[in-house]
Amino acid sequence: MDHLAVLVVIVPLMSAPVCVLLDRSRPAWLTSLVAAWFSFGAAVMLLLRVSAEGPLRYSLGGWEAPWGIEFRIDVLGGYVLLIVTAVAALVMVFARHSVEQEIPHDRIARFYAALLLVFAGLAGITVTGDAFNLFVFLEISSLASYAAISMGRDRRALSASFQYLVMGTIGATFILIGIGMLYMMTGTLNMIDLAARLPEVSDSRTVRAGFAFLTVGIGLKLALFPLHLWLPNAYAYAPSTVTAFLAATATKVAVYALLRFVLEIFGVEFSLHAMPLDRILVFLGLLGILSGSLVAVFQRDLKRMLAYSSVAQIGYMVLGIGLASVTGVTAAILHVFNHALMKGALFLALGAVAYRVGAVTLREFAGMGQRLPWTTAAIVLGGLSLIGVPPTAGFVSKWYLVLGTLEQGLWLVAMLVLFGSLLALIYVWKLVEAAYFKPPPANAAAVAEAPLSMLVPVWTLVAANIYFGLYTDVSVGLASRVAHDLVGGGG
Amino acid sequence: MSGLPGLYNYWIAVFLMMAGFYVVISQGNLVKKLVGLSLFQTSVFIFYISMGKVADGHAPILAEGVTVYSNPLPHVLILTAIVVGVATTAVGLALVVRINEAYGSVEEDEIQARDNAADKATGRSGGSGESPRT
Repeated sequence: MDHLAVLVVIVPLMSAPVCVLLDRSRPAWLTSLVAAWFSFGAAVMLLLRVSAEGPLRYSLGGWEAPWGIEFRIDVLGGYVLLIVTAVAALVMVFARHSVEQEIPHDRIARFYAALLLVFAGLAGITVTGDAFNLFVFLEISSLASYAAISMGRDRRALSASFQYLVMGTIGATFILIGIGMLYMMTGTLNMIDLAARLPEVSDSRTVRAGFAFLTVGIGLKLALFPLHLWLPNAYAYAPSTVTAFLAATATKVAVYALLRFVLEIFGVEFSLHAMPLDRILVFLGLLGILSGSLVAVFQRDLKRMLAYSSVAQIGYMVLGIGLASVTGVTAAILHVFNHALMKGALFLALGAVAYRVGAVTLREFAGMGQRLPWTTAAIVLGGLSLIGVPPTAGFVSKWYLVLGTLEQGLWLVAMLVLFGSLLALIYVWKLVEAAYFKPPPANAAAVAEAPLSMLVPVWTLVAANIYFGLYTDVSVGLASRVAHDLVGGGG
Repeated sequence: MSGLPGLYNYWIAVFLMMAGFYVVISQGNLVKKLVGLSLFQTSVFIFYISMGKVADGHAPILAEGVTVYSNPLPHVLILTAIVVGVATTAVGLALVVRINEAYGSVEEDEIQARDNAADKATGRSGGSGESPRT
């Protein structure tokens, strides 16, 4: 039981070489599936334990904290870990048919290995209590995701992956510089020690420079508005499974890293009050919401459309953090969870459409309501959640976000957030219009509904979207608890 | 550690870093971009290594008469970062090889032109919805 904290990362990490050694598609898939579900089970148990008993500390190799690397799981980490593992477990169920169709047969085993490495890296970021270890896990997940993205069928996947590699490496190196500067001033890499020692030295230029490097570096990984250029192409051309997995988890983990560094290690007082990060985040968040949604309206490739919508949704999360109040941070954390549910559902459903029809542009989508009724219905429900229509999960997080802005009297910001939702309505409507109000192309072959192993994960996520829109006790309860811990009761 | 000359090691790191960064941005050739990226990463290694140096400090090995040691921790950290850097360069070069196979070029503008030409040929557009359909 005590070793669960480390097993949740080790099992997928060690399953990756097993996949390569097996080198056959079906056993590799089974290995990945078992590893992902094991981690999911472990994450559930960890979160239950952490929310009952407080943070869990695990010293790697028995070396005590300031000397050795420590895994430390608190409610925030456990919460994001649960999101990552749950999405991974569902994506692995979905993956079997989709991957068999999209990836050349002799590369399937290695593809699963890459996917597992991404997963292990992301899970590692959420559990580690050591700043440098976080960088290492970040690079494990990033390097594996460059490889996974490049396996897309379109040759543009290669250039998209290269672009992501360049920008991602610059981001990671910035994070490395930032961590180095913190180490110079404090002599520690342990997150708790850093948080304890930073206030004494925070009035120095080194710490401020480190803060700037870390924020920009994480911003690159996060696809924060002006640093988001890698995201649309990477998501649009990656294999369906990879897109769904990355969209639902990778940026969420980056939000987690931002929360961890900005709010916990540097502290609210320094980063959001002494430094002007709160205004910067609100401003960039709004720009991200408006520009991302606006560009999404004009896309015809549906994966690209949803990718730009992701840029906008990240804007909502960042905006929530920038508000620097308990309500705002609650909204941000809640949106991390809800956005994972909706984008997971949407990209998986698009993957199912791609499995049956091939490409997914608006033109191919005409009449899809008749051709693939269940998949299309899932896309519509996911889209409603994206807009924020009650009773879906998307409504709950936007509600808290608007509450947070109104608390501080930021009427203009609240209006712009709602305007962003209107733009979301436009692009989701274009999808609905094509699916239900246009006849299928005359030469369209009759297609069967997607296989059950694809529909079940999609509808599980859709059901979760509606469930967490109606019963908010668990998601809002955890999010507001974390927000209180991070921002402090006064807020 | 006072005054600018005493901090020359940091100036070297900053210079290398900006040089690498500039190469990444300005070069259209993907291999040259990777060279710049490596330079960029290496400058951070130098930054870490020089920060662990203690004035008059020796290598951290137990020996007669040695009382002042350099801090070995940043050096160890950077070993990990070097591995990460090597892996990044390897993945990047592997991608360049695949790009060269798929496009027959490693120049950014030529790849872009070929993508645009392919778009026109198939009537598909990755960009805005205004372009005419075929």
